[in-house]
Amino acid sequence: MASDAARWNHVWVGTETGILKGVNLQRKQAVNFTAAGQPRREEAVSALCWGAGGETQILVGCADRTVKHFSTEEGIFQGQRHCPGGEGTFRGLAQADGTLITCVDSGILRVWRDNDKEASPDPLLELRVGPGVCRMRQDPAHPHVVATGGKENALKVWDLQGSEEPVFRAKNVRNDWLDLRVPIWDQDIQFLPGSQKLVTCTGYHQVRVYDPASPQRRPVLETNYGEGEDVGGWALIPSPSPGRLLGCLKGLAGSVRGLQCHPSKPLLASCGLDRVLRVHRIQNPRGLEHKVYLKSQLNCVLLSGRDNWEDEPQEPNKVPSEDTETDELWVALEAAAKRKLPDLKQTQRALQTKRRKKKRPGSTSP
Amino acid sequence: MAKSGDKSGGSGKKSLKRKAAIAELQRAAVAEHEATESGVQPPKTAAFPPGFSISEIKNKQRRHLMFTRWKQQQRKEKLAAKKRLKKEREALGDKAPPKPIPKTIDNQRVYDETIVDPNDEEVAYDESTDEFASYFNRQTSPKILITTSDRPHGRTVRLCEQLSTVIPNSHVYYRRGLALKKIIPQCISRDFTDLIVINEDRKTPNGLILSHLPDGPTAHFKMSSVRLRKEIKRRGKDPTEHIPEIILNNFTTRLGHSVGRMFASLFPHNPQFIGRQVATFHNQRDYIFFRFHRYIFKSEKKVGIQELGPRFTLKLRSLQKGTFDSKYGEYEWVHKPREMDTSRRKFHL
Repeated sequence: MASDAARWNHVWVGTETGILKGVNLQRKQAVNFTAAGQPRREEAVSALCWGAGGETQILVGCADRTVKHFSTEEGIFQGQRHCPGGEGTFRGLAQADGTLITCVDSGILRVWRDNDKEASPDPLLELRVGPGVCRMRQDPAHPHVVATGGKENALKVWDLQGSEEPVFRAKNVRNDWLDLRVPIWDQDIQFLPGSQKLVTCTGYHQVRVYDPASPQRRPVLETNYGEGEDVGGWALIPSPSPGRLLGCLKGLAGSVRGLQCHPSKPLLASCGLDRVLRVHRIQNPRGLEHKVYLKSQLNCVLLSGRDNWEDEPQEPNKVPSEDTETDELWVALEAAAKRKLPDLKQTQRALQTKRRKKKRPGSTSP
Repeated sequence: MAKSGDKSGGSGKKSLKRKAAIAELQRAAVAEHEATESGVQPPKTAAFPPGFSISEIKNKQRRHLMFTRWKQQQRKEKLAAKKRLKKEREALGDKAPPKPIPKTIDNQRVYDETIVDPNDEEVAYDESTDEFASYFNRQTSPKILITTSDRPHGRTVRLCEQLSTVIPNSHVYYRRGLALKKIIPQCISRDFTDLIVINEDRKTPNGLILSHLPDGPTAHFKMSSVRLRKEIKRRGKDPTEHIPEIILNNFTTRLGHSVGRMFASLFPHNPQFIGRQVATFHNQRDYIFFRFHRYIFKSEKKVGIQELGPRFTLKLRSLQKGTFDSKYGEYEWVHKPREMDTSRRKFHL
């Protein structure tokens, strides 16, 4: 049933020891997947993204410059390819129309053909983005548009099907009140859905919104958040229009390494160096939903965009049964699920009361 | 409430001997009268309304009196109960139920999911390949640089000197107002493995920064209760040059493991048992107590110990992943009092 376990995972997390963990928040279980069966620190996961075909495949970028394909259906690593060139780890991984886009720390962005059979060592396209890249992100609306930014590397938007020059090159803000140049350090970039705008978050506590459609190359909007709080103990939730700081999520004890929002639900998953995966609810009520201790330091997180997080045990009917083996498996699963359903609800309730009980002090007896 | 009524009735009788006797006497006299008259009445009990409590007496002295009487009664009853229990235990002998264990805060510690299971492979792999792996594989031996914050006073300077006698292969350097971020690359180039900075405030050392050098974790501690050698009573002579043994007590959680390994990597891996010296880092309730002793075995089971060396208490404030960089570094753990210290039975190390 490993395949089954792999399928129903809500959150996928990559660690520093090279283990890919699938976490099922309903059952509070985490399953480890490694390519070679043994964790290896050289394969520290540095980037995660969904592969082709819905959310059935995950592309895992490792520190030794290989990109591995992981199938969520079957729960195994299917293949890998080596992506040489440049220095440093992967800062961005994306997938578009059967091609694989990778960007490394030293600024080499390459597009590879994503075919297992012809793992050609030469990339289809290579661009030099500039050294010190911190993030490369793909536009979810236009898969061939990517944005890159980093330390002393201004935000640039590239069209991979277009020319070799960036489509949009951001300009630094004006000199500050002491007439000094403001340093650039774009740590994270995100495309705002529904428009062409991009929002970046810098290492100097600024959040900026850029609009490539407008003739203005400087940021359209800029806000600052708290000075002393870049220890990583909280996550910022910017509100789209007025640029106000909506609030902060507390509870993290270590640096946040990866953040992701759910596309439809008001959920935010965060993982960090304190080895805990947290899922927060952003609106009404704002707070922590789930907290899972995973034993290694976590590098990146990937949320599954499914809406039906609660219906897992009833879903096995959906699977097409062409193979007699899988038929039997699914029949067994259905029976087991029906048996398990009342137990599951009870265990959930027990878990909740257990959690509530734990919060009360002095509850354990010697 | 009836009980207190009874007691107050009883103590009412006793308070006859003390103050406010007149009213009681009169009441008692009246009761006696009634008793002699009716002949069937029970002996005099002061009638208190139900729901009466001692705190409702407005007269402070009488209230205090009643309360002390009540307390003595309670104590007597408690003693009687203990004696009864003891007799029962003796009577039962072997079949007596085991004595109940008293609850302590360490007993009642909230279950921490990060407590490391010794058979856990993932954690074992994590530890075997972390930044201290080269030390634990005997590939590097420690070389420590001890320094202070700028312009240290006498206590701090003496603490540094004493620490350098405790930690073998350590060197004390005066911090001439240099920035730590500039010291660190120089240390790395001269093959130092650890950097200790003792921070000083108002002429007493109050903080410790321990940084493992080739890009290792940096731990920031709050240091308190520092006793130099001359302030330790009944201490032995100065420590010798032998490499001491290390004792790390009670570092159970994952964070505790990391911190314990940091301490262990300060000392060379081969203790010289001839020196009979031992350095102890004892963690209890998130406070780490450092002691340095010399021991001698008087017989197979009896040991005598002499405390040498400085003594201090540490509390972890933050653990940062890289070398010292308080502004832009990535923290693995930060102590946040308002969020983490809400329960008195939850500890992190």
